[in-house]
Amino acid sequence: MADTSHGTGGLTFDKSKRSWPNELNILLALIIIIVIFEAIGQFAPYMRDQSFLFDTKDRFDSIFNEARLQIIVLQVAIIGIIALGVTQVIITAGIDLSSGPLVAATAMIAMSFAQTELVNGQPNPKALFGTWAMDLPVIVPVVIGLTFGAMIGAINGTFVAYLRIPPFIATLGMFLICRGIALWWSGGNPVSFPTDSYAFLGSGMMPVVWFVALAIVFQLIMSFTVYGKHTYAIGSNEEAARMSGINVRRHKVMVYMIASILAAFAGIVLSSKASTAQAGMGEFYELFAIAMAVIGGISLTGGRGSIIGTVLGAMVLGVIRSGFTYIKLDGSYQLMAMGAIIIAAVILDQYRQRNRA
Amino acid sequence: MSEDIVLKTEDLTKHYGGVHALEGADFEMRKGEHVAIMGDNGAGKSTFVRQITGVEQRTRGKVWLYGDEVQFDGPLDAREAGIETVFQTLALADDLDVPDNLFLGREKTYADWLGPFRLLDYKAMRQATIDGLNRTAVKIPNIRNTIRNMSGGQRQCVAIARTATFHSKLTIMDEPTAALGVQETAQVENIIRTLKDEGEPLILISHNMRQVLDLVDRIVVFRRGRIVANLKKEETDGQDIVAYITGAKTGEEYMEHAL
Repeated sequence: MADTSHGTGGLTFDKSKRSWPNELNILLALIIIIVIFEAIGQFAPYMRDQSFLFDTKDRFDSIFNEARLQIIVLQVAIIGIIALGVTQVIITAGIDLSSGPLVAATAMIAMSFAQTELVNGQPNPKALFGTWAMDLPVIVPVVIGLTFGAMIGAINGTFVAYLRIPPFIATLGMFLICRGIALWWSGGNPVSFPTDSYAFLGSGMMPVVWFVALAIVFQLIMSFTVYGKHTYAIGSNEEAARMSGINVRRHKVMVYMIASILAAFAGIVLSSKASTAQAGMGEFYELFAIAMAVIGGISLTGGRGSIIGTVLGAMVLGVIRSGFTYIKLDGSYQLMAMGAIIIAAVILDQYRQRNRA
Repeated sequence: MSEDIVLKTEDLTKHYGGVHALEGADFEMRKGEHVAIMGDNGAGKSTFVRQITGVEQRTRGKVWLYGDEVQFDGPLDAREAGIETVFQTLALADDLDVPDNLFLGREKTYADWLGPFRLLDYKAMRQATIDGLNRTAVKIPNIRNTIRNMSGGQRQCVAIARTATFHSKLTIMDEPTAALGVQETAQVENIIRTLKDEGEPLILISHNMRQVLDLVDRIVVFRRGRIVANLKKEETDGQDIVAYITGAKTGEEYMEHAL
């Protein structure tokens, strides 16, 4: 008989006993990667004493090489926005492959309601619709774009949750459908010349501002709301979630919708940043978004991971891409190395899990 | 109908396609009573529980809870009506900690106007968890631990503590000690005795003869989807029960269905 005679049996809420968070490991990895690039820059003979992150031109007003830092964060910001949604889908033990083409489709659709009537005094050469769709307030293309995303997400979610199609297949189908929509929308022609207010959404460092703001919002949502708790519960043990009275199917539809709305928003920001929308945009974005999540410690079997992890995963990917260019590694090697790193991240994560269990 | 009767079923039946998993079950239990359901594998015990708790929809039959006829659309309905179930599959989310699991699906929240994004009241849930575990004298080193890192006994205790935390009208346990060691089993049995002392009615599904004779007032035996015996503990013994389970014997009032 277990001894239950004294006290609460050590029943406590002990903050100090929290396990070492996975996010710290990724942060550590990020720092190690930066140090490696820094070392290569300093000591490799062909690099001539350059620095990866620090300002080497001896300007008094700066320590870091801001230009490179900006490029790193800008590179990952837009795909990072997608990754925030993909992370939530993966936490429910699902997957979303449709986000890349959805970026393109949304970019086309939103941009066609964001065109200006006159370009340098001439009629817009890329005009898709008549003058009624010209110079609309910025809210119009944004709402249309996000609504389109929500619709695609609702379809994804319905197929996965109600018709029980495996997420991989359902979103693979949507992958092709969205690419088709992007091509069909304007017959393959680019849609260009947005209004100033639309162009502002993705100008300068705005993509990074969106990414950081959305990351904070969704980290809070995942940690402190019923939505977040149920998302983890479903990925952890769907049967248990169902028996606990969670409306699993409705919740999944909501998660897929949020993921697609985020991807659609990424499409809006991307088209704004590029000042044009093309059907081929966002190629491989879905895969990079998944890679960010996986590097960030989101378990593909669901239930584990956090938005912070994905943000760090995005930073790792950005630093690696930038670093490879910095040490003048050829593009073909870059792809191979990145592939290897993604696989290594998953192996490490599995190893960690096995050791802990 | 008497308010004294906690649960009553009449002609409760469930067919899975052509499989008659449960056939015409008439069942009744009174306030404060602890009833065991026994039977071989596939005898219909778990099916019976799934119909009462709304996990599945019955083919036909009626169920009354405290005199009111009920029809649950899902497990949450049943839970809201006061039926707490510890399922065979435990129904715990491995990656969540103890309070999260206890309150899964009925979290304490504030700012409810936020809909699905309403905020979790972690502090209140933690306190209620500690109170609930104290009540059952369950020992769990750190309730912040995720279920994944717990032993089978601790998991079972968490699942059962869920019941104790919510003062249910009827508790159902589906083989709560099947996978546990000796000490852990003793702990779970202790919790069941606590519930008995507090007058909370319980249905216990178990294969463990000693445990059943030790803990409950009445034993109902299922065989091939039908109830074949309804025995008071004082009027029976292990051998007798085994005879009913294996079909060597059938209760007189159930003779008409004997196969």
